[in-house]
Amino acid sequence: MAELDIDTRAAQLGIDWSQVNLDSVKLPPGENFGIESDDEGVYHDDQLEFDTGFGNIIVVDNLPVVPKTKFEKLENVLKKIYSQLGVIKERGLWMPVDPNTGTTLGYCFIEFNTPQEAQNAKEKTHGYKLDKSHIFAVNMFDDFDRLMNVKEEWEAPQTKPYVPGENLQKWLTDEKARDQLVTRSGPDTEVLWNDARQKNTELVHKRSYWTESYVQWSPLGTYLVTLHKQGAAVWGGADTFTRLMRYQHNMVKLVDFSPGEKYLVTYHSQEPSNPRDASKVEIKVFDVRTGRMMRDFKGSADEFSIGGPGGVAGASWPVFRWAGGKDDKYFAKLSKNTISVYETETFGLIDKKSIKVDNVVDICWSPTDSILSLFVPEQGGGNQPAKVALVQIPSKVELRQKNLFSVSDCKMYWQSSGEYLAVKVDRYTKTKKSTYSGFELFRIKERDIPIEVLELDNKNDKIIAFAWEPKGHRFAVIHGDQPRPDVSFYTMKTTQHGGRVTKLGTLKAKQANALFWSPTGKYIILAGLKNFNGQLEFFNVDELETMATTEHFMATDVEWDPTGRYVATAVTSVHEMENGFTIWSFNGKLLYRNLKDHFFQLAWRPRPPSFLSPEKEEEIAKNLKKYSKKYELEDQDVSLLLSEQDREKRKALKEEWEKWVKQWKSLQEEEKLARQNLRDGEISDEEEEEDEAKEVKEVEFEDVIDVTEEVVQE
Amino acid sequence: MRPILMKGHERPLTFLRYNRDGDMLFSCAKDHTPTLWYADNGQRHGTYRGHNGAVWCCDVSRDSSRLITGSADQTAKLWDVKTGKQLFSFKFSSPARSVDFSVGDKLAVITTDPFMERTSAIHVKRIADDPQDQVSDSVLVLENPEGRKRINRAVWGPLNQTIVSGGEDAILRIWDAETGKLLKETDKEVGHKQTITSLCKSADDSHFLTGSLDKTAKLWDMRTLTLIKTYTSGVPVNAVSMSPLLDHVVIGGGQDASAVTTTDHRAGNFEAKFYDKILQEEIGGVKGHFGPINALAFNPDGRSFSSGGEDGYVRLHHFDSDYFNIKI
Repeated sequence: MAELDIDTRAAQLGIDWSQVNLDSVKLPPGENFGIESDDEGVYHDDQLEFDTGFGNIIVVDNLPVVPKTKFEKLENVLKKIYSQLGVIKERGLWMPVDPNTGTTLGYCFIEFNTPQEAQNAKEKTHGYKLDKSHIFAVNMFDDFDRLMNVKEEWEAPQTKPYVPGENLQKWLTDEKARDQLVTRSGPDTEVLWNDARQKNTELVHKRSYWTESYVQWSPLGTYLVTLHKQGAAVWGGADTFTRLMRYQHNMVKLVDFSPGEKYLVTYHSQEPSNPRDASKVEIKVFDVRTGRMMRDFKGSADEFSIGGPGGVAGASWPVFRWAGGKDDKYFAKLSKNTISVYETETFGLIDKKSIKVDNVVDICWSPTDSILSLFVPEQGGGNQPAKVALVQIPSKVELRQKNLFSVSDCKMYWQSSGEYLAVKVDRYTKTKKSTYSGFELFRIKERDIPIEVLELDNKNDKIIAFAWEPKGHRFAVIHGDQPRPDVSFYTMKTTQHGGRVTKLGTLKAKQANALFWSPTGKYIILAGLKNFNGQLEFFNVDELETMATTEHFMATDVEWDPTGRYVATAVTSVHEMENGFTIWSFNGKLLYRNLKDHFFQLAWRPRPPSFLSPEKEEEIAKNLKKYSKKYELEDQDVSLLLSEQDREKRKALKEEWEKWVKQWKSLQEEEKLARQNLRDGEISDEEEEEDEAKEVKEVEFEDVIDVTEEVVQE
Repeated sequence: MRPILMKGHERPLTFLRYNRDGDMLFSCAKDHTPTLWYADNGQRHGTYRGHNGAVWCCDVSRDSSRLITGSADQTAKLWDVKTGKQLFSFKFSSPARSVDFSVGDKLAVITTDPFMERTSAIHVKRIADDPQDQVSDSVLVLENPEGRKRINRAVWGPLNQTIVSGGEDAILRIWDAETGKLLKETDKEVGHKQTITSLCKSADDSHFLTGSLDKTAKLWDMRTLTLIKTYTSGVPVNAVSMSPLLDHVVIGGGQDASAVTTTDHRAGNFEAKFYDKILQEEIGGVKGHFGPINALAFNPDGRSFSSGGEDGYVRLHHFDSDYFNIKI
């Protein structure tokens, strides 16, 4: 009914609108006089969701007892508190009063729209301090019966007998000191021992369809995590991989461990139905051992991705960067103009505040200390210089800062023991048409953190790869033009000049585009992956000499085992053929190959850091001969045994084959006549035997064909 | 070992066959003319003209007088080896994929592809002594249980009592050549996992070798269909052959031809790989083709072998003396 119609009808009936108080009009419930409400449809929908139970009602106890005059005030206070946590149903707050005195009874009922809201409100306000003497006690209405039936007398809880768990570190006690690796090929996931002496792998555990996307070791190697539709699960134990814990997170896509493997971060993103919207992201942080969810983060992908110059779509993983060390104390998230650093004690922000840094695009933790390095690019068209800064957490004190001019991009590389930070800086040339690169080297452990600038011999060289020597003072750089770039080695420390970066040497024209240092340093693999078809050069940096150059054709992955004794190279299913992996010794000797179709993944099981002190390690290194004797003997035994076994095996195969041949020969003999008949009586078999007996004889034959005499005149 | 490069075909090779004496080599290709070569020096001797489609397979009689060829033009033809004259043409209603003479050369087994409404089938024909008496009626027709799947090869078993077939359904079958009854077939566990592309008999019909796209070749007992050996190659196998002299097998193949141009020439792995027949270990390889290897054949004396590739070349290799002293 249009407003105009109402007016005319009102005039007809002689009603003055201004005199009518609409609120005083009361309709009998359930009657609408034939007038449909505008929101009728919505109302019906609501009814569909109506929950008939009392799951959405909470009981708030320990409220102040107030007289009638203050009733309204208290009600408003409660409404204010609880409407923040959820939608209170209309007339959903009911505070009973004493019918005689009219004072409240000190409790009230609140009905929310959904049970989830009620649950949330209960969790958030239980123990809420209204004032000193009134601390809320909140319960679900549904729980009330149960709580009323609690026995008056206290019963001592039964102590469960202690069941010792499996030894999660058992793999480290392997008698032959072998390392494990996990591979995925086809539907199978296998955990294998790398038995280099036997030149083969030994199966530890195999399972089909163990994971729905990929598997990952925890950083110290204790757990293997698998991904499923319902969430993630970790496996481990003494011999058989048993499931230790599950973490519920629907459609989990990515996982990440904290470095001390105390916490597991899971990630899930939902593609939006409308392509213009950002996808929705949900991240959960679990305690690995208890399986409890410590905190979850929800939001659109924009909040979790860095608004960097590239404008990368989706979140870059890992979203949360964990501070170094085994304490797992802090983790940081980078978002637009802010760095949010959380601490794991409360899972809240440090000082309840994020750090504001305008335009920050990259952050990087020191691997050992709680120092955060961050990079801010140029702003205002070059008026404000780019900067790299080091910030101490949790004090948020800036330890060092360096301004950089005409910078196009920066990349930060920490050395594994947190002693050095290398920043690769790409600068524009004067014309701004091209860029050239240099390094800023921070010495973190020295006083005032001195910075040194390093430029390559040829300033215009492009930098293809950079890598620090683990635990060492050296680094390697691939620079120059493809397809034959140069590889240079530098050291931060020399005996002559202690505090200067010095070049050790350059290898010219190498087919390499990736660097893989041994985890113990000293050795490095210069690998040419992708376009270079898997060229591998094993290089000793101490002696600056090549130990071996080989090739694993089309190799896609190179991975050192955690002890630096072996290297695995793999061709994964990005290529159609030659899938599988190859194990090499540290000096480039091929040990064995393992071909597997549809090969997806290979990962060595990491080892926790050694408990030996550096002094002890040095002592062992000094007396290596003494220790190695025992192992050399073992090696010899094994190789003898192996060749023996091999001989046996060959013998067995040969014997088996002889048996077949004998059987065939006798059958051949039996069927001789039948065959002759088929060939119209031609005695064919003898002829064949004759053939075999025949020997090819070569006859040399010399003959004079023609002789002429010529007189050579002088 | 310097190969002799034989350029005569304009299209990919499909099949190679030596005669019993080892002095002639017959080659089939997707161009329409099977060719005869001197097996010693690789000179072209002559061609057999008459087919109107790719020639998939051929076989030569024991006395080297008759040649039978199967072609995509839906015929199998009998030729006089010496004159190159066509003696007879068996007409089918779908392409003829493989041909094989029986012991005594009185029978031939011919397989036909599934085509339009036709299912794949194995035909047994009687070969008359005198081409004048030749009739085109089949003695026996075997229908493959998996009719829509192609049969890539069918050969005679010992004493012509059985026929062994294999094809796209990855299953090897032994049929009774008299009654047409299916006697044995391989099960999924031990058998090939993908299309069987090639099959090669031993000289005495006691065992045979099959190659498959599942990147393996397998050696079977011909009477019991027992799996004896498996050779893993890492690339799809298109062609197999066994040395009549030493305990060696040779396996050829490579990446699918359609994917060749997208990668490095070495990526395809167009190598004829030699394996120890008993120990199943790889001995070595012969490179050279720049397309997948489609055909392999050992000379009956075991002193040379030839390979035919997707690249249209036949490469004839005479082994060096080192080859005969290989020890592993």
